This record gives sequence, structure tokens and C-alpha cells, in this order.
Amino acid sequence: MQNAHNLKEYRGELSGALHNEFLREAMDKFAVAYRTARSNAFSGIDVDGLIKDIAKSKDEAMAHMDELLAQFTKNAEALGVIVHVAKTAQEANEIIAGIAEKAGVKRIIKSKSMTAEETHLNDYLESQGLEVTETDLGEWIIQLRHEGPTHMVMPAIHLSRYQVADLFSDVTGAKQEVDIQKLVKVARRELRRKFAEADMGISGGNFAVAETGTIAICTNEGNGRLVTTLPRVHVALVGLDKLTTTLKDALRVIRVLPKNATGQAITSYVSWMTGAGECQASANGKKEMHVVFLDNGRRALAKDPLFSQVLRCIRCGACANVCPVYRLVGGHQMGHIYIGAIGLILTYFYHGREKAKNLVQNCINCGACKAVCAGGIDLPRLIKEVHARIQDEEGHPLQSTLLGKVLQSRKLFHTLLRSAKAVQRPITGGTPFLRHLPMIFAKGQDFRALPAIAEKPFRDRFEALKPKVLKPKFRVALFSGCVQDFVYPEQVEAAMKILGKYNVDVQFPMDQSCCGLPVQMMGEREASKNVAAQNVNAFDPADCDYILTMCASCASHLKHGYPQILADDATMSEKARQFADKIIDFSSFVHDVLKVQPEDFTKDGRKTTYHAPCHLCRGLGVTKAPRELMTTGGLDYIPCEEEEVCCGFGGTFSMKFPELSAELLKKKLANAERTGAELLLTDCPGCVMQLRGGLEAKGSSMQARHIAEALAERLK
Amino acid sequence: MSDPKQLVELFTEKAKLTSAFVSRVKSLDEALAYTVDVCEKKEACQLLMAGCESELSPPAGALCDSKPDKIVAAPGLAPDVFARLKELCASRGIHCFAEGMRKHLGGVDIGFTIAQGGIAETGTLVLDSKSEELRLATMLCEVHVCVLPLSTLRETSYEAEDLLRALSTDGPGYVAFVTGASRTADIERVLAIGVHGPLEMHILLLED
Repeated sequence: MQNAHNLKEYRGELSGALHNEFLREAMDKFAVAYRTARSNAFSGIDVDGLIKDIAKSKDEAMAHMDELLAQFTKNAEALGVIVHVAKTAQEANEIIAGIAEKAGVKRIIKSKSMTAEETHLNDYLESQGLEVTETDLGEWIIQLRHEGPTHMVMPAIHLSRYQVADLFSDVTGAKQEVDIQKLVKVARRELRRKFAEADMGISGGNFAVAETGTIAICTNEGNGRLVTTLPRVHVALVGLDKLTTTLKDALRVIRVLPKNATGQAITSYVSWMTGAGECQASANGKKEMHVVFLDNGRRALAKDPLFSQVLRCIRCGACANVCPVYRLVGGHQMGHIYIGAIGLILTYFYHGREKAKNLVQNCINCGACKAVCAGGIDLPRLIKEVHARIQDEEGHPLQSTLLGKVLQSRKLFHTLLRSAKAVQRPITGGTPFLRHLPMIFAKGQDFRALPAIAEKPFRDRFEALKPKVLKPKFRVALFSGCVQDFVYPEQVEAAMKILGKYNVDVQFPMDQSCCGLPVQMMGEREASKNVAAQNVNAFDPADCDYILTMCASCASHLKHGYPQILADDATMSEKARQFADKIIDFSSFVHDVLKVQPEDFTKDGRKTTYHAPCHLCRGLGVTKAPRELMTTGGLDYIPCEEEEVCCGFGGTFSMKFPELSAELLKKKLANAERTGAELLLTDCPGCVMQLRGGLEAKGSSMQARHIAEALAERLK
Repeated sequence: MSDPKQLVELFTEKAKLTSAFVSRVKSLDEALAYTVDVCEKKEACQLLMAGCESELSPPAGALCDSKPDKIVAAPGLAPDVFARLKELCASRGIHCFAEGMRKHLGGVDIGFTIAQGGIAETGTLVLDSKSEELRLATMLCEVHVCVLPLSTLRETSYEAEDLLRALSTDGPGYVAFVTGASRTADIERVLAIGVHGPLEMHILLLED
């Protein structure tokens, strides 16, 4: 639940969560176990193909939402079901309370429904004098604690067995042992009584199948079957997004849902309920069955060209499972009702700007969620879009407006960097790090040493370094990105050495500037678009074979971000696409295009480990090239645990949430140091900045370098 | 996968992964005998720790007392099969009925059913659960014994689509895909079997 009024309060809550040791340990264990469980569950299955098919069928269904609703209604009503459509959460609650009143219901049992959480159904029914009992074990636990869920599939994942034992001792009035198996049995018996007494059962619905008028639910505990069987009235509360065209479409989603949620092949129960069937608790021997469809903004979403894809969500919770930030702070801080990456987006649409405005800034943009999403939703992009929308509605913070203004003028930006270089000496103490940052910039940043601006930017060195190539094998145009241009020019110099050796002609268009990812991250849409256009105009894709960049974040933004950002600009969209098509990252170029060979390098077998930049391994799908290059380059590559988990940099994220960034970095460096390697290589200057800064701050002897530097040093 | 032997192996492997007990039977009578044996060997409401031994609130505890001797609930069988099962039960002092589950909400020992289909890739049973008696028997029993005629076994859930459709388009329907016993991992992600439903699932593969 989001109760913070501003970013400062939100940071306070994050900090509180970070210091919850049980939560941290539980989340860590889960994050690691989940990865293996998911990959085992999908072994031998074309998961990407399945995800594509799901996205397609969901998109088609959502484009025909009202037709499917009509078809479902016709089929279900023919079998005695009463179908309702609620425009808002409040209306849904009122409809359900009305059904209860009319049927003389006193006691209600519920199976798990995120939609009911969305509408705060229990609170409303209780305010109407009804007794409501959750019967999913996790939901029951959080109901008794008066809390919201912290995971869509495992709502009580934030609680320990000790807390549950105390809670159950209170509930039963008898001291309960701290033994999970026994605690589960206590719930079994306590809730069995509730099942026996209830006269209404409320379920959610994973699917509302139009073809047959069927509501289907997936549960493990079996409570869903009892909820829909024992009481004489059954109400299914279902989002309009759960309308599904055919049984086949539902079966397809079931192939992914449990595997993506927890690594389970299939839930213990999948119940397919069609029509109002037999019920001996009812006077006429027939169940009174209602389906309440909830709109609450879904119809509008279905028509939104960009955001309609969020309706593909199957509520598996995988986006939370892999989110490094969720892993640190848990679900209460990473959502309002809906949790994880999808929660950051849905909160805005279903619970409003006020609940979403802080949350939506807490995305580190590592893309882990997008890589596992069962519906192939472009979650990181949509989170940024929501952030931009909120800023457009509420006004932009001064800091982000200023950054936007500065970045839009390359000359101003570069002049500022050059001026900063001129005055930084008192705070660098002659080292490559900023040693004595004024407090205003340093708040919370002491977990890493920040680098100084280089003496001479790469753009001023380029002419002297440009390889003299008479008959070039390839012609590349270099996009340096601002970090390599102004902070780590030696990384690009190293690359030039390799390019020269392999007969590559290099150009460096001087009008290029920052790629614009920082302003995109901060929700400055206009600035982001203008910067993109400037960069695209600075290059002539027809005049080179590749546009090479050694920064993974720039590369993925240029390749995938630009065509999206400039899609609506008639004069730029085609050019942006041509530009994007030529983008290649350093490792792929050297490994796949230049095809460098071991005999070109002096082998010294130095122990080396690797950090896979988020924007390389997921953003561009490049995983093999850098790892093979290390071996080709004569290094002894030792794989590191969680190599593809974010280092915590995230650009502006690390300035906004330094405490989270510091924790992610701590984990990353601990994993790297455990390999015993002396060298930590990566493919992105942003990651180098974070990793090197962290190693420097902790006084480690391990060196963080760009992979190009390690290769250039060993080039014969 | 056209080889029936491989299909059975796959089903058995996947069902066992969900902690189900899988056995082969040559006839329905063998299945009935198996069921009565399981019932006789199990200790009612104690051995499997369904919760009665726990400290409970008084109303919840009262439910435990409502359960007399051992019970086999076997709804939806052909009359002659039910008669044979009832007789077999009687010979061992076990109570057996086909209807009246609502009088036994505290639970029964065994729920005995025959599945309409099986899905090998997940070890899943497809059960036509239109009958309320059957739904309750399979949920409120401590041990669910289900016969799966091998002729109904298929490899993937997609191949169960037609069966699902047939069972869902003939008036009101309730179809259950059941995989293993009732389970949860809601406390510290530790697996616990038997939350609301059966504590054990026994699958008897019938060569038909």
C-alpha cells in the first residue's frame, strides 16, 4: 500500500524495508531459487514462442472486448448466470453487496482475487455488516493482519513462520507451535468451519471464456473449489481484461502462468465453471451464480495505442520475482495493490496519480521484468511513460527540467562539462575520483567514489587517434556517449587501437551528444525526443557500415528507444530506423564482425570475471560475444554468481535512490570478489563507474575495466 | 508422442513429481480392493495430521468430533461398481456412500473417483465435476483415489481441449484439472501438502 505523500517519505519507507532482515533474506532466497525453478519448468519448451502467441491472442481479445463480453454474457446467461458490468471499483462493490443483501447472505468466504484487492471489496462488504473470510492461506494471513499483499501469487511472502504462529495463536486462543506444517493444518481446520457456515462464495477469475461462458480459476490449495461449491451463492469478480476468446487461448496461458509464477508445471487445481450448476444448499437445488465484470479504466486502456498491452498481464507476478529493487524492499514498497513492474503501471491507471507518483520513479530500468513477462509487455518503457505523464500532469521538478534544458543544447552541455573539469581540481586531489564532494551533491553517495572529468575529452583527442587505414575492411561511425567522451576517454582509445589493427576506418561525428537516456528516465519526453533527433541528424547511416558504441545503455537506447521516441515524427521516423539498424555494441562488433582470434593476443591467463550490463544482455540480447572475447583475449574467465543482475547504477536512479543503489552494488561486488578474480570486466562505462567507484570506496584490489581496455592491452 | 508406453512413463514421472502415488491396476475390482486397503491402513484424522490434533478454537474443534468411523465417499460410479465397493467396505467395517457429503463437512477418509482423462506432460487428471457430491468428495477427503483409464491419457493440455469443450457445453458444467494433492507454499515458501483438500493423491492407471 502506498501512503507516502512525497518522495522523501517514500525513501523513508524504502529505508525501513531495507533494514528488515527477515524480508531481505526471504527475498534473496526466493530470487535465486525462482530463477532455477523457472528455467527448469520451461526446459524443452519454446517459451518465447508461447509468449508471442499469448501476446497476440490477448491483443486480439482486447481489441474485441465488447464483442467478447456480449458473447460471454449470452452463453453464461443461457445457463442461468447473471452477468453484471461495473464501471468503477465502487460500483462493483455495491453490486456485490446488493447481491448479498437480496439473497439474505450473512457470511462470505473468498478465494484469492487481485481484482477484489483492487476494489477493496472486503472493506466495503464489512462496512455493510457482512462477515468476509479469505480462504487462501496467504490471503487469510494478511487479512488477519489488516495488510495488503506483497506478491500477486504469494501474498504473505514478507512474513516469517514466527509471525504466523503468533497470529494463529491469537486467532485460535491457543498457543501454536512454530512449525509450518502444523500451522497449515490449523488453517485447514479453522477455515473448514468458515466454509461450512458461509452462504456466499466470492472468487476471482483467471479467464472468462467467451466461447463457452466459462469462468476458470487456477489454485493450489483447492480453496477455490470449495468457495465455488459449498455456499448457495457464487460471485466471480473478474476484470474485463480476463475475457478470453476460446478455451484454447486459456489453455495456452495456463501453460505459462504457474511456471512463470513459481516454477510449478501447473497449479494443483484448474476449475472450469460453466453456468449455474447443482447446489444442494440452495432451496431449488441450483446455484445462484453471478459474474461481475470490472471496467475501472480497462475499456479506456484497451483503446490506448501504447498502454493497451498492459491488459495482456496474466497476474503471474514474474516481473516482481526478477526485479532487483523488489528483491531489496518487498511488495509493500513496490506497488500499491498490484505489485512489481506491472504494479508500477497499473497503480496509475487503477488507483490514481497520487498513489503512483513516487512508485513509478523506483524502476532501475534493468529490463529483467520485460525479459520474463508472460505477455511480452514492454514494462520498463511503460513505467517511463507513466512517469512522463505524471510529470506532464503535475508539473516537472526543477532538477529534471534543468537537465532536460541542458541536454537539449549540446554546446551548453559540453561547455558545462568542460567548466566542471576546470574547477574540479580542489575536489579530486589530483586523483581520477571526486574526493571531497560538496555535501549538496554527496548526500548518500559515499558508497562509491565518483569519477572526475577527464583532462581532455575524447572528441578533442579523436583526430590524433584516428587510425590511418588505406583500404578499410569496414567503415564505422563512433557514438561515444557522454561518459566515455568526458570521463573515460581511455576506453574509446583502447577500442581505436583494436579497430586500427583490424583495418577499420573510424569517423567521429562531432555533433553527437548525450544519448538522452537520462532525460528519458526522468520523464522529460520533449527533451528526450529533441536529443534523439539531434543525434540521428549527426550521423549519416549511408556513409558507414556500422554505428559502433561501447556503452551498452547508449546502444540499447539508440537501437530500441530511438525508433519509438521518433515514431510519430514524420520527418525523422524513417531516418531513426535506418540509424537504429546500424547500431552495434563493441563486443558484438569485435567478436561477430571482426572475428578476432586468440593468436592476435598475448595470453596471460589473468583471473577475470564479468558483469553483464542489463542493457547488453537483455537490452540487446548479447550474451555470448563478451564472454568468448575474454577467453580469446587470453584471460582466464571465471563466471560470477548472478552475473546478469543489475549493478545498481541505473543512471539517474543511483542519484535518486542511493541507498538502494548501494545495496545492489554491495551484492554485485561480493559475488565478483567471491570468484577470486583480479579483474572485473564489463561492457558499459556506466557500470564501470559504479563498479570501480564501489571497489575504490571499499579499498578492494579488484580492478573494474571496460572489456575493450583489457583486449587492447593484450593485443599483439 | 504416439508410443503408449512412453506416454504412461511421462505421466507417471510428472505425477510423482507432485507427490502423487501412481500404481497400475488390471481391473476396476483391483482398484476397489486397493482403495479399501488404503482406507484400512490409514488412521482416521490422526496419522496424516489433518489438524484435529492441533489446538483449535472450540467451533473448529467441534467439526473433528462430527466424524464417526472411517468413510469412503464414492459418488458417480455405475450402480454395480458402487455395490461391489460398498460390499468390500462393509466386510472391513468401513462406511461407504455415494451421496450425502454435506453431512460430512468435517471430512471423509477416502474420495474414490474415475477420471475422464489424463494429461501426461503435467501428471494431471481431468475430472468431470458437475456433480456437487463428487466435487465435495474429492475436496473433503483426506486421500483421493482416482482411477485413470489409460485409453483416456493424452500428452498435452491442448489435446484435452476437445474433452474440456465437450464437458463444458452440455448444460451447466464444472470440469477440474487436478494435479497432485492440495498444496501451499504461502508460509516462507515452504511446501505443505493438504491445505484445504486431500493430503494424498493416489492415481491408479487402469489398463482398459
